[in-house]
Amino acid sequence: MDNVIRRRTPGARMLRAGLYALLMVMALVYLLPLVVMLLTSLKPLEEIRAGGLLSLPDSLTFAAWLKAWGSACTGTRCEGLSGYFMNSVSIVVPAVAISTLMGALNGYALTKWRFRGANLCFALLLFGCFIPFQVVLMPMAQTLGWLGLASSTSGLVLVHVVYGIAFTTLFFRNYYVSIPDEMIAAAKLDGAGFFRIFWRILLPISGPIITVSVIWQFTQIWNDFLFGVAFAGFGSQPVTVALNNLVNTSTGVKEYNVDMAGALIAALPTLVVYVVAGKYFVRGLTAGSVKG
Amino acid sequence: MSQTDSPLPRSRAKAARHSLSGSLERMLPRLVIAPSLAVALFFVYGYMLWTFVLSLTDSGMLPQYDFIGFAQYARLFANERWNVAATNLVVFGGLFIILCLFLGLMLAILLDQRIRQEGALRTIYLYPMALSLIVTGVVWRWILNPGLGVESLVRSWGFEDFTFDWLVNPDMAIYALVMAAVWQASGFVMALFLAGLRSIDDNLFKAAALDGASLPKVYWRIVIPCLRPVVFSAVMILAHIAIKSFDLVMALTGGGPGYATDLPATFMYTYTFTRGEIGLGSASAIMMLCGVLAILVPYLYSELRGNKHG
Amino acid sequence: MSALNILHVDKTFGNTQVLKDISLAIESGEFLILVGPSGCGKSTLMNAIAGLEPVTSGDIQIGGEDVTWRTPAERDIAMVFQSYALYPSMNVRQNIAFGLEMRKMPKAQREEAVARVADLLQITPLLDRKPSQLSGGQRQRVAMGRALAREPQIYLFDEPLSNLDAKLRVEMRTEIKKLHQRLGTTIVYVTHDQIEAMTLADRIAVMRDGEILQLGTPDEVYNDPVDMFVAGFMGSPSMNFIPVTLVSRDDGYVLRVLDEQDPTGAPLELPWPPAREAQALHEWVGERLILGVRPEHFVEDETRMETSFDGTRLDVMATVVEPTGADILLQATLSGTEVTMRLGPKSQVAAGERVALRVDMSRAVLFETTNQRRVA
Repeated sequence: MDNVIRRRTPGARMLRAGLYALLMVMALVYLLPLVVMLLTSLKPLEEIRAGGLLSLPDSLTFAAWLKAWGSACTGTRCEGLSGYFMNSVSIVVPAVAISTLMGALNGYALTKWRFRGANLCFALLLFGCFIPFQVVLMPMAQTLGWLGLASSTSGLVLVHVVYGIAFTTLFFRNYYVSIPDEMIAAAKLDGAGFFRIFWRILLPISGPIITVSVIWQFTQIWNDFLFGVAFAGFGSQPVTVALNNLVNTSTGVKEYNVDMAGALIAALPTLVVYVVAGKYFVRGLTAGSVKG
Repeated sequence: MSQTDSPLPRSRAKAARHSLSGSLERMLPRLVIAPSLAVALFFVYGYMLWTFVLSLTDSGMLPQYDFIGFAQYARLFANERWNVAATNLVVFGGLFIILCLFLGLMLAILLDQRIRQEGALRTIYLYPMALSLIVTGVVWRWILNPGLGVESLVRSWGFEDFTFDWLVNPDMAIYALVMAAVWQASGFVMALFLAGLRSIDDNLFKAAALDGASLPKVYWRIVIPCLRPVVFSAVMILAHIAIKSFDLVMALTGGGPGYATDLPATFMYTYTFTRGEIGLGSASAIMMLCGVLAILVPYLYSELRGNKHG
Repeated sequence: MSALNILHVDKTFGNTQVLKDISLAIESGEFLILVGPSGCGKSTLMNAIAGLEPVTSGDIQIGGEDVTWRTPAERDIAMVFQSYALYPSMNVRQNIAFGLEMRKMPKAQREEAVARVADLLQITPLLDRKPSQLSGGQRQRVAMGRALAREPQIYLFDEPLSNLDAKLRVEMRTEIKKLHQRLGTTIVYVTHDQIEAMTLADRIAVMRDGEILQLGTPDEVYNDPVDMFVAGFMGSPSMNFIPVTLVSRDDGYVLRVLDEQDPTGAPLELPWPPAREAQALHEWVGERLILGVRPEHFVEDETRMETSFDGTRLDVMATVVEPTGADILLQATLSGTEVTMRLGPKSQVAAGERVALRVDMSRAVLFETTNQRRVA
């Protein structure tokens, strides 16, 4: 938008007011599900049954949150989401760390040490961003079985690393491409080798792209459902799978407040990351998809 | 003009030409890439081939390798449920893409008018993208449930006859999916368009203002045509999301009522893992891959061609 | 012994040969400048010397040792880059010390070296700053400091001044010259700026299309160019090229200036100084040649005297007059050819006026038209 002088008629002023009103209404629409989720999770069940999707709770209660965390039934087990939340954490942390490190090294080798076939390598890797994962489900299930990793947390870490490398490599490649080759040449002349240049010269200036990559991988893996439901065992299910089980458990009365509290618990980590580092989140989204 | 001063023999054994550390260093980049490349070759390309091979077999509960040609594909196309899933994908994908583009472009243009609190609004429009689709499904399932959700809310406002039963109505359930998916992804499309708008040269607006064009005209005639590449990538990404949609269906409708909201992704999962028809499931996975390739290949083609021109 | 010896170096990228059988020897303490238009291969040659790009064939020797297949680190050279290539995450001190650290120099010695170089380049107050906090000129100094600290056998400068503004460029040029005189370092310097080449170099190598056209002192390259390209490339404004025909007369050779527009009119004739009569000239009698005259070799004929030996009187119409302060550039048409002349600042010529000039034929050069090689 520009700063050009335009006539300030009453009509233009009305238009401006309308613009703000429209944006506010849209904001409310986008916020509505989150608000509903929060309100419902803080109400006792009787109040929910009485209707009033948007009414504030008469008696505020955190019972649903406690139950969702500690004792709600997900399928046959009634231990809440806490264990699964921890499963997700123990999948996400190593998977994010490994895939980001590999992506950084790949991007570095592909851009700063252009060897014959580097572009082909990149093209081959990049395709991993696009495949529908349904194509790999069955072979992966068999491979994990042979490796003895079926139903294990390590198996899921492996899967997420394997299919995350494509994205992390893309991020780092595009970032390192914009760093002048002369800097690498200078370091070579100074006597630094492959890894030394990476550690001393490139990594210290890779902060932004590491953040982008970590956030992207964190959200992707935390929010994953397909691999979790296909490859996890009872002991290693991530929180998304457990949430789906919790909501679909049909024994007893339907406790919507517990469902909503559970959904919020599952959503909280990624939401917090988004609010804290939204800029990098958006950069990851656009970089990961536009140039992909 | 003496340009040389010592005539040295110009040929020598190749081994002597490379210092030891030099040749190690020349190998290192390849060594670093090798694991990732091996992983891609096996876990991406190998698996694609593997799944394709499975789709040519009579595999049931367990994979086995009795080849029956393309019989599974014939079965797939004759399968009523697959046809529903494929049709659903067209309806869901089409509406999802169009609505996301419309909402995204509208929000982006509105936000581009020097809005106060633009950052906060942008954050609000985009936050659903950070959520798991399972969470989205769970929330919308609650909001749309006929007993206590929006329907009862509107009725409580005095509109006693208001019905909003999309989730349980087989004809309408697919639109419930569209609604939740648009809510989740339109903010992202807005971010894409906004980035596109911000990259347009400011002087374009100034030149158009000097030419006497009104603001809506400037957008319609000058700005939106400039955004064509963004539209192109947005469509590509959204189509990709639509084909892969699995989580949302599982959480929001479970494919129901009946199999009214089945999509290829859920079809594949159901047949492969719960109905013990690995052969048929693999065939459906290969069809999904073909779908992705059908949008990817033209996209990459135009990207690469565009790069050559640039 | 040569500090750097390049022997028959070839380099091909795919099907294009960017370096064609380059041979070059640089003496210790010499300041050699590679100059040429972009794409002439000068940067590729520089990278080949540095080991940043392998050569296709040929050898490179530094200090008598064959380094053709050594890594950049093993060659004992330092380079100053066009973009300075400072490490953004390190402060100035760390930038300068990095190469020493990589070479496992003890910390105390490193600090000594940094202090010495910082003092030399007057950047001591900047030592704790990050590159992003420095101005362009300061970054340039740091980049030089990084090279100097290493005390390598050879320094490579890759268009080091091209990112500076005009005033700073001249200052740094002088500074580099002073440093070279003081330290006696061996320098290979790439530039496309022929003024830089003229002012800095001990010898200049003019390159085009992967070949060295001429290698010589600035004076040789400027006043004794081997062909039209070198003649036209060195000097600003460029040398004037005037099509002529060589005519033999009893009293010597005469150059008849061709006038494309007015073939019937009386042609202008410039006598070739008998003192310069070359043996080779007679075989070009009757042929079309190109006369090369530098702008400063036109002199305003205020005396209005008759044609003298070292010059020929011309009457031309001034079309554009450009005073630069120090002198005046004058555009005029000489028998249909646009020529540029450099006149003294006191000249009173105005556009549209006729002006009488002499050409200093003793400094003029002649080229043949097919290969544009020098004839005389």
